[in-house]
Amino acid sequence: MAEPFFNEMYDASGLRAPYRMLEGWHRNMPAEFRAIKQAEAEDLFRRYGITFAVYGEGGDPDRLIPFDMFPRVFAADEWRRLERGIKQRARALNAFLSDVYDRGEIIRAGRIPADLVYRNEAYEIAVAGFRPPLGVFSHIVGIDLVRTSADQFYVLEDNCRTPSGVSYMLENREVMMRMFPHLFQENRVAPVEGYAGLLKRTLASVAPAKCDRDPCVVLLTPGHFNSAYYEHSFLADLMGIELVEGQDLFVDGDFCWMRTTEGPKKVDVIYRRIDDAFLDPLCFRPESTLGVPGLMNVYRSGGVTICSAPGAGVADDKAIYTYVPEMIRFYLGEAPILENVPTWQCAKPDELKYVQENLAELVVKEVHGSGGYGMLVGPKSDKATIATFAAKLAANPSNYIAQPTLALSTCPTFVNEGIAPRHVDLRPYCLVGRDVELVPGGLTRVALTDGSLVVNSSQGGGVKDTWVIAEE
Amino acid sequence: MLSRTAANLFWMTRYLERSETTARLLDLGFRNALLPNAGGGFRNEWSAILQSKGTLQQFSDKYGDLVQRNVESFLFFDLENPSSVASCITAARENARIVRTALTSQVWDAINTSFQELKALTRRERSSLEVPELTDWTLRTVSLIRGAIESTQLRNDGYRFMNLGYAVERADNTARLLDVKYYVLLPSVAYIGSGLDNYQWTTLLRALSAHRAYNWAYGGELSAAQIAHFLILNPKFPRSLLTCCLEVNEHLDHLGRIYGRSSPAQEAARALLAELAEARTEDVFDEGLHEFLTRMISEYAGLGQCISDQYLTGEAR
Repeated sequence: MAEPFFNEMYDASGLRAPYRMLEGWHRNMPAEFRAIKQAEAEDLFRRYGITFAVYGEGGDPDRLIPFDMFPRVFAADEWRRLERGIKQRARALNAFLSDVYDRGEIIRAGRIPADLVYRNEAYEIAVAGFRPPLGVFSHIVGIDLVRTSADQFYVLEDNCRTPSGVSYMLENREVMMRMFPHLFQENRVAPVEGYAGLLKRTLASVAPAKCDRDPCVVLLTPGHFNSAYYEHSFLADLMGIELVEGQDLFVDGDFCWMRTTEGPKKVDVIYRRIDDAFLDPLCFRPESTLGVPGLMNVYRSGGVTICSAPGAGVADDKAIYTYVPEMIRFYLGEAPILENVPTWQCAKPDELKYVQENLAELVVKEVHGSGGYGMLVGPKSDKATIATFAAKLAANPSNYIAQPTLALSTCPTFVNEGIAPRHVDLRPYCLVGRDVELVPGGLTRVALTDGSLVVNSSQGGGVKDTWVIAEE
Repeated sequence: MLSRTAANLFWMTRYLERSETTARLLDLGFRNALLPNAGGGFRNEWSAILQSKGTLQQFSDKYGDLVQRNVESFLFFDLENPSSVASCITAARENARIVRTALTSQVWDAINTSFQELKALTRRERSSLEVPELTDWTLRTVSLIRGAIESTQLRNDGYRFMNLGYAVERADNTARLLDVKYYVLLPSVAYIGSGLDNYQWTTLLRALSAHRAYNWAYGGELSAAQIAHFLILNPKFPRSLLTCCLEVNEHLDHLGRIYGRSSPAQEAARALLAELAEARTEDVFDEGLHEFLTRMISEYAGLGQCISDQYLTGEAR
């Protein structure tokens, strides 16, 4: 009997090539040894302090994201295609941002409705007409991918603002190499550790034209209570840059400065991990204390570069998402390599009608939602939940989009009884500066509950090390 | 270095040193309580311990009577007591978490592990935990962290701020520990030089891990004057007020050189050093031990303030 889902390790013809080396590894692993290794992994994560706080749950701020030791593997040729597709998409998204804050050619050409862009909540009027260095808005593009067959990948969503999770990509590898060195001796796994170096080079490459020295790059965090704080400090450390909070920065004259033990020091590039709304209380939310008063004036006069650029969020909006293939054709003159998931826009009356009639079959998401919150997974919901959701949908249709329930691929995962297939997705991190770069790997998230399709860490998902077999 | 980073490093080590002192006080109280009652019995001794920490009122409000078990909980586990071992380790770990990029992985590992162990201790059955286990754990843990700092941290400005935190806090704490003697150890003048008096002095030295060192330095004869000299004016004893002051000066001078300019904090530290280096034991007793120690606590607090004004606010240009 064929499985309804594509299994990345065993397909109809048996064991797939990239997983060949792992077959014996897990078969010969005694249960006690596995338990010891699992405990060791947890201990390592806890000691590194890699923890994740879940919003809205209160709970333990030192909670670990569950780590599954069974790696997820891509063959070199599979990755080659993904890489081209990801870079293509990152370039198109940046071209789009650069365009819609400038002349808006794609809108004039009638390829995207003007309302969808200019009336979008994420469209930042404060930066209209401003061109950031090299015209790059989104310097780190996280593209969420799912797989449904050997050859079929879909882009689930784009993250152009501040995609998180890259520290797990790096630490998962670190932990795996420490625990199972022989696996890496026997397999040709492409390294991911160059990521931090590439990120720093990318950030330095977009320093303002006014900067006439080795640029001072800082990472701006909301602070140590933020759920991703571990990642912020981890990345700052790997790049050898200061990890700053809003209170450490101030604006004086045409520049932004940080408070140091030797007095004020000029800052050239800010890799911010806080949302647009909190960047500058004088420009955005006046009550915010996380940001730096006056920062946007310095930014717009070319005194400092903010990465990602304020306003970048308009490109990863779920309603704009539908048009990304169109952007690729329009700006790059290429055919899209990676496909979108077919999407119904509830803002359009006939599409809304279809969605309402087929709610039980579809996944419905909020246009601006993230983290798996506020969504309906039709086939997994009971009638009452669907009815409640239908009411919300009817009240504000333009707030929602719908997609078919995808048959997400599975990867073998350690469970109590041994190994079992569990659904996975993939988030690679593409860097855009003077060059477009992608390290061979990404974050694989896994839905640990049997049958579950929701992989978000905030909803009890776990993570895996992601291997790309190096080119011969 | 970011001012906020410097501030967190400075406070991280202050909290670590403070947790050690609280553990030592706990040990001191525990040993004293093994003595036959003297002038008010164990109540008197525990109240002195709490008084030296400035937390007697807070304890009484929360627990009422001075029951030993409660004092132990208050000093070790109680997160409402800002100087309990648990509070200090938690605060130090929080400071460390904020400035992880300024710490080597060994130092972070040591601090974070201590926090995880503390949580494990908190979960254990209280009756299975005796005071010596708690104090041993604390002393071992803070030594481990200090060792990691000494052997792995770059000798840069961050290292200087960490050491300033240690030295300022240690001086304050030595003064407070010695002050306990004023509160409790002399219920009446008649006890001076008695067997009881000696036992209590010995206990104080033991709690400072200075018992053997004292014997080596002074030939084993216990006298109030020599002990005061040892803890206040002896530059060989690592916890003496003079040694701490020498260290504050050393690290401030390093900072002055690293940053290429001197600071008002350096001047204040030099003035205090001038006094301590010249002082004789008689001067201390003439002023009155308690009065002298109280003044020293305030001198060191002033030094901490100078350091803060100069480096930790980012406002000094």
